[in-house]
Parts: sequence; C-alpha cells; structure tokens
Amino acid sequence: MSVLINKNTKVITQGFTGKQGTFHSQQSIAYGSDFVGGVTPGKGGQIHLERPVFDSVKEAMNETGANATMIYVPPRFAYDSIMEAIEAEMPVIACITEGIPVQDMLKIKAVLRDSNSVLIGPNCPGVITPDECKLGIMPGNIHQAGSVGIVSRSGTLTYEAVDQTTKAGLGQSTCIGIGGDPIQGMNFIDCLKRFEADDKTQSIIMVGEIGGSAEEEAAEYIKSNVSKPVVSYIAGLTAPKGKRMGHAGAVISGGSGKAADKIKALENAGVAIAPTPTTMGSTLLEVLM
Amino acid sequence: MHIHEYQAKGLFKQFGIQTPESVLISDKGEAKSACKTLGGSLWVVKAQVHAGGRGKGGGVIICHSIEEVQKACEKLLGSNLVTPQTDNKGLPIYQVLIEGGQDIKHELYLGLLVDRQSQKITVLSSTEGGMDIETVAKDTPEKIIKLGIDPLGTLTAKQCLNIATQLGLDEGLNTQFEKTLMGLYSIFTQKDASLIEINPLIITRESALIALDGKIDFDDNALYRHEDVVALRDIRQEDEKENEASQYQLNYISLDGSIACMVNGAGLAMATMDLIEHQGGSPANFLDVGGGTTAERVAKAFELIQSEQNVKGILVNIFGGIVRCDLIAEGILTAIQKVGLSMPIVVRLEGTNAKQGLKMLSESNFNVHVESDLTKAAQAIVEMSQ
Repeated sequence: MSVLINKNTKVITQGFTGKQGTFHSQQSIAYGSDFVGGVTPGKGGQIHLERPVFDSVKEAMNETGANATMIYVPPRFAYDSIMEAIEAEMPVIACITEGIPVQDMLKIKAVLRDSNSVLIGPNCPGVITPDECKLGIMPGNIHQAGSVGIVSRSGTLTYEAVDQTTKAGLGQSTCIGIGGDPIQGMNFIDCLKRFEADDKTQSIIMVGEIGGSAEEEAAEYIKSNVSKPVVSYIAGLTAPKGKRMGHAGAVISGGSGKAADKIKALENAGVAIAPTPTTMGSTLLEVLM
Repeated sequence: MHIHEYQAKGLFKQFGIQTPESVLISDKGEAKSACKTLGGSLWVVKAQVHAGGRGKGGGVIICHSIEEVQKACEKLLGSNLVTPQTDNKGLPIYQVLIEGGQDIKHELYLGLLVDRQSQKITVLSSTEGGMDIETVAKDTPEKIIKLGIDPLGTLTAKQCLNIATQLGLDEGLNTQFEKTLMGLYSIFTQKDASLIEINPLIITRESALIALDGKIDFDDNALYRHEDVVALRDIRQEDEKENEASQYQLNYISLDGSIACMVNGAGLAMATMDLIEHQGGSPANFLDVGGGTTAERVAKAFELIQSEQNVKGILVNIFGGIVRCDLIAEGILTAIQKVGLSMPIVVRLEGTNAKQGLKMLSESNFNVHVESDLTKAAQAIVEMSQ
C-alpha cells in the first residue's frame, strides 16, 4: 500500500502541451508513471509525447481511465482548471501552479469539501510514491522506496528530507508537498491521517515553516491520533516579522505564526525536532534506535 | 501590496463609507489654504507612509491653529517616519493628509481579513477601537466579535445587523453600519483585498459613523486583474533593492547580518538563514533564486548581495532537482567574471550533477570554497567571515 498514488495510478496533465506541462510530463513518463495523456482545451485529438490530448478532463477520464491529474496552467487559468477537475470527480488533483489569488482558493476549498476529490497544493512540488508514480516536479532520482512518509510546505526542503532519508537507508513510502500558500488543499492533518493508516509508512517527517497555525493544529492531532514516530523541522527561526518569505503563506503577522511557537507545540506533542535542516534524517534515525 | 491611508479612504468613499473631509498636500506652502478649505479650529496632520503605528511614531499631529498645522507639515514633509512597525531608517513622508477634528463619542474597530484557520473571509469587530487590535485580541478576546462569510455565498444584511447588535450600537446607527460593512465587503471581494481595517471607526456626537483611519492590503497574486489597484502603488515606500530583485524574479529581503546567502527555494532559503545563525553567524538576507534560474539571474543576485554594506561573506546553497548543478556552477563563474568577487564565498551543491558542478568551481581561477555537506558549508562561511 501507499498514500494517494501507486503503480496503478493513471496520470494526466492539465496544461499538457505548454512548456512546463510538456517537460514535467516527460519526466513523469521517464520515471515510469502510468502516464495516459493530457488536457489542453482546443487541442483535443492531437497526439503529444505519444499520448492523446483531450479538450476536457471529463473526456480524458472517460477515454483513459485517468484517476490523477497534475496542473501546470498559468495562475489566471488555475481556478478554472482545478474546478474542472473537481467537477469531473478526478480523485487526486495536484496543482503545481504558483501565484493563485487567495480568494480563488477560498472558493475552491469550499467546493472541495463536498467533493470526491483531494487537492494537493497549489504552489507545491506534488506527490510521489517512489518507484511507482510521480505526480509533480520533484527530481525522481533522489527518491528510494522505503518506510518514511514525508509531508512538507516547502519544495526544496522536501528534497533535503528525501535525500537524507535515502542516505540513511530508510527510503520513502510517499512524499507529499502540500505547498506554500495560505489556503491549500490537503493540510498536514489530512496527510498524517493517511500516513498513520498506511502499512508501508513506519515513520513520518513533517517539514513546516513560519506563518499560520497548521503546525500547531497538527501537533494537537498527533497527540491523540498518531502512533508512528514523527520528526519535524520548522524553517524560519530567523525570519523577520511582517515580511513574506518567498511563499505567500510564510509570514509572521501580529505575533502569530512564529517558528518557536510551532516547535514548542510539536515538542509538547512528543514530536522529535530536528534542530537544523541538515539533521532531519539523523534525528529520525535516533528516534528509531 | 500596501496603499496609503488617503487612497484607502478614496476607495471607502467610492463604496459609500463615510470619511472625514480632508486635503492631501505635498508642499508645506499648501497648509494654510488646506485649513481654510476645511474650516473649523482643530486639524489633524497625518503622515502618509506604508506602516502602522504612525501615532506612536509622531506621525499624527493634532493642531489648534493654522501655525501649528504649518509647523507640523514642515516637520513631517521630507522627513522619514520611524514607527514600531518600520525598521530604524523609517519610511519617507512625501505627503500629509490634513483633516478637520472630529467630535468623537465612541471608537470602534472594524476589519476584514482572510482567516487561514476557518478558510473564510472574516469580519472582525470590537467596541475597543483606536487600540492595537492584536493586543485587544490577546488580553480581552471576549471583546472581539468574529464572523466568517461563506466563500460561496455573500455577506447578508442580517449578518451586519447581528454584528451591530453585538457591538451594542444604537438602533439608529444600524443602517449606517450595514452600509459601511457592506462597502468594505464589496471592496474586499471586488478588488481582491487581503486585509482591510478601519481603526478607529468613530461614532460622532451627531451620530454619524465615520472611518477615521483606513488601511487596505491587496493580494499580490490578484493584481493582474486590477489595473486600478496597481495604479495606486507607491514604490517610494518600498525597498529599492527588493524591487530591483523582483524585476529579475529574485525573491530578496535584506536583513541586518553579515553573511549573505543565495538559495533555490523559499523554504530552503529560510532554513539556510537559520543554519547560519545556528553556526554562530548572522544572515544578511533572504534570497530565493527560484527553480529555473539562469546565469543572468545568478549574476544579478551576486551584484545585489555584494552591494549591501554589512556583507562579509556569501553562502550559496543549491539543491539541484530539476535544475542541474553544473549549470548553476556555470552561472556562478559567469557572475564572478562579470561583477567580481570581493569577499569569501562557499558554494554547496547537492543533487543532479552536483559533483560535476563542484569540480568546475574548485578548478576555476577564482577562490571559491566548495562543499557538498550543508552543515560544513555553513560552518566554513561563518569562520571565513569573521
């Protein structure tokens, strides 16, 4: 078993024929994902990367049996693309696009609640189950099938966690980048829930950062619902107040969202804290000893 | 994106929210005629800068004569205002807003924001206007009235009335309150605001509800669909280097420390700053060069960080995923050739083609210290910059 996607997942790309969509579709194919086609409105009927192009998500699902999509459209089209995937009842949607207006995301979240879809992102690297399926922009070659479930708000910090758990010989069950926006699809708790229920996942690394209170909420959840060991790293101890640190959601506002508070909450929940970004793997090894 | 108080009040007016009569001036010579236009015998001179806490910083001056207004304008215009929310350089005052004094009976707080927890646009209101709302929320949370609005619905008249009742407003004010809150909600949703605050929203002795102050922040991600909002931008209030950086798609924030860093990815960039401090150094900046970085962008980044006075060393930290490390190394060498290198530099490359990249750097004619281990890289730059 794994989380969200596996070797039977049939992947499509929305924004298939664009530059980003093309490149990352190629990468997903090269990684060995069961990549069945893509969507670019107006280009239905064409063949791209030896796969069919469809005008709509619904059509792509009907024709190919696709059950996961990755979205690479520009921000101004992202709202429509995500909504289209939700309406087509696409089970897994990963939106890579960065820069979606927050009020668009509020509406998407409200629709998502009563839907049959899960959304990963936006503004995220996507999700990967090593050796089975790559739904996103992460470099496939650093991953190794194994036992650690990784969930992170930051792309490159996910790669650090992956690299360290690969070098530690543990490998990864599934890695989920939930993205750096203030309003996002899956949150930490949604991912923790799935990792806890997943046989293949034996331990969890959770990478957080300043802004919002998702880490504090996750800490509360871990206390009573997660039995597997959790290691966490929180970025932004030196971040100044009131400045957006790259990610739209990474900002300390009005004294809330500080890294120190998040670390304290997680420690109280029994989570082992990696003191630096370079010690996520070694901290986990210590916990597992 | 931030805008000035006078611009926020301009929008308030357009959307049916009452604001005090005011005159905006940028030259102290206009002070006298402004007072005459406004009439009365009490005026308030308010510095227009993109920061809160202006009162505490001396940027709001109450004047009882035209001479006092002139003096206040002379003092403020052309100076920098330092408030608890600015850095110690403060922000330049190019304009002041002069308003007639108001006969205040009571001060309220009214705001709208995107609440991350409930994932709704949320109305915040309180009878404790004129104070720092975060302090009110912390010390007396029972005095904050909070209402989330259904993202697929809208704010209703009934909800407005409900809040008015909870605030204990006189019934005679209900219509004005509804108009004010509905106006704020329209601005918020039609213009993609991320935060609107009226603090204080005053009730005058004549029972008028007036926005005495105004703050609006807009969602940067939505600016593409609001040309009218973009037109309100005042880049003189923004950090010059941060703006220059953003033109090259570099995410740059200047800090007080001595070790500059250049990183791909926002999370890793923050983590690198933390690691520098963990090793006993202090970060001079946050700099995310992004995923698909180019040699030109790397060169610009080098130029930027070396132009900061306090910088004594540079740490480059790249985790090459989709980006190949040998291309990054090439970019670094091109950048050094182009803009020179006046201080120690440590480069950590990991991921795709990292070995190749590190080899290119260590075999170059420049004094580049290479490292594949991030902890060691941070240690090295902290030592070399002492």
